[in-house]
Amino acid sequence: MMTTATAYNFAFFDEGSKREIRRATLKAISIPGYQVPFASREMPIARGWGTGGLQLTLSLVGKNDTMKVIDQGADESVNAVNIKKLIENTTGIGKTDETSEATIIQSRHRIPEVPLTKGQILVLQVPLPEPLRAFEASELETKKLHAEKEYSGAWLMLFEQIMKYGNMATDADHPVMVENRYVMAPSPIPRFDNPKMNHSDALILLGAGREKKVYAVPPYTRVVSLAFQDHPFEPESFEGESCKVCGANSVFMDELVEEESGETYYQCNDTSYCIERLNQAQEEGAL
Amino acid sequence: MGYVAVKGGTHAIEESIRRLKYERTKKKSILHVKNIEAGMRGLIDQTMSESSLFSEKLASIAIKQAEGNPEEAVFLLRAYRSTLPRKHYSNKVVSEDMRVERRISASFKDIPGGQILGATTDYTHRLLDFNLATETDEDLLSWVSDFEKEETTDSDDTDLTKLTKVIDYLRNEGLVQECERNDQEPDDVTRKSLEFPSSRSERLQILSRGQTGAVTSLAYAVIRGYGSLHPTVGELRVGDLPIYINNPIDPTDDDDSYFIGEIKVTEAEMLMPVTVEKEHGKKEIEFEIGYGVCYGQNETKAISMGILDNCLENKNPDYPSHNEEFVLFHIDSVESTGFISHLKMPHYVTFQSKLDSVRKTKKKHSELNQEKQEVRV
Repeated sequence: MMTTATAYNFAFFDEGSKREIRRATLKAISIPGYQVPFASREMPIARGWGTGGLQLTLSLVGKNDTMKVIDQGADESVNAVNIKKLIENTTGIGKTDETSEATIIQSRHRIPEVPLTKGQILVLQVPLPEPLRAFEASELETKKLHAEKEYSGAWLMLFEQIMKYGNMATDADHPVMVENRYVMAPSPIPRFDNPKMNHSDALILLGAGREKKVYAVPPYTRVVSLAFQDHPFEPESFEGESCKVCGANSVFMDELVEEESGETYYQCNDTSYCIERLNQAQEEGAL
Repeated sequence: MGYVAVKGGTHAIEESIRRLKYERTKKKSILHVKNIEAGMRGLIDQTMSESSLFSEKLASIAIKQAEGNPEEAVFLLRAYRSTLPRKHYSNKVVSEDMRVERRISASFKDIPGGQILGATTDYTHRLLDFNLATETDEDLLSWVSDFEKEETTDSDDTDLTKLTKVIDYLRNEGLVQECERNDQEPDDVTRKSLEFPSSRSERLQILSRGQTGAVTSLAYAVIRGYGSLHPTVGELRVGDLPIYINNPIDPTDDDDSYFIGEIKVTEAEMLMPVTVEKEHGKKEIEFEIGYGVCYGQNETKAISMGILDNCLENKNPDYPSHNEEFVLFHIDSVESTGFISHLKMPHYVTFQSKLDSVRKTKKKHSELNQEKQEVRV
């Protein structure tokens, strides 16, 4: 009987499977924002737990890559750890928490605070790739709407929110227009991260394993969050708040409650960014 | 508080996995894979069918690892399956070649070759057999050897590899709708993702690997009222099908093929009466067929698949069970259990974003109310 270590190829998949995923990825890069169907293999982690992102990462990873995996901003979150472990076990490549050191960054629902650079690849895990699904259940129909660039439904959805609530009431996954052609779900990143997609220096790939779609925002692509002239796009606001640990402001923060006093305080959501700042401050203090 | 929730993940996971192993082992008794293979035929068949991987041995290991939880066992096998390169494609398998173990028809009493009950729980009384709690190896062995002795002396001339199909009888009478032979190369849903409208080969594959409970529930809804079908089991077969591949060096030579093994399958051919309009508006009743086939002996599933196959051939906007996206997207075990279980993952960022949005709308409302009050003043 084979052991677990020898039973699997480098990066888990057989080479044929990797090629198939890379072909879909190349097509996705060629048509920014367009959802390319791909076969989507079953993975050793559950559907909905990042299998789309993981397939992209495993199809791209080479022996010289360094990877970083984050889940909702945290490198140490259980699922990030779990995914990292699987990549490590099947490839043996190096890992890092530092955003600038990584060649491939797989992330669930956040774009890191440290600006991404040329040559880096950000892989986002996507639960629901179809931005039009909220008002059209049928895949056949949404495919037609995209083909015809018929996005009145997407606009109406936002308009209805303004009528009901006085403003756009989207939370994470606020839809974006890519290169003035495709309306795209940026994955459930907070609205705060949407602008980071615009003219990004890094390649952004998005993978939806269960829904079997791959799509991409190539570097220097125009990505605009859907909004109206009189109701502009608004990221989450942390006005007046700063990180209790490192003092950062103008970053996306977790809202926390002090157990003893019951007081609300804020902390950087991007844990590696926060730690990096702390280390820096300490070094400067030591000098 | 925040960092407590996310830090230390590595250690927590390791401990959790150790605890899981403890749950499997704490009764200090090994469940041998050979025991699973020997005594868990039903679970093995269901697991192989939902995994689309035919191997009793691998299924048994998966069942052991999953502590008998089918959704977990299927998950393990599917993940393993997706790493296997596709080395050969088999020759076409024709179900007339089945070495039949069981074969019944609910439509005709007297079918050529006869009704063959084979092994079925259908006519057992579901009374708990308390003797099984104390069954010994001796009891079992003596019963088996008696049974096998009897079997060899019992002779019957029926050739179980050459049973004609019940459907053929109806077809010869002109009662089944004619359909053209379709020898199109089938699509492979594990190599190309589903797009709509789907092809029949895609539909059959997804139904065949569907979760037993999900496929059964949807088919049940169809015949109970959320569908427009009244099916009868034309023929239900359980048996082994031989698999051949062509000589890999010269795959064009159909005469030079190799037998590589057998698969046990359940096949259901369902009959649905439909009204067809003939010349001059004359109406006649004919039968349509719904086809179900799956690995192992999974009769409820095969019959349900037959019902759903026919539903999806006859789309009807009134019923979700006749809508291919509704049915095909939601019956896969790995996909549905995966997405439901992902709800257990942290959603701190998305929830923070939602909080922001909720607060914003509240603020807008209170501002508006204030304005209204000011106007009144």
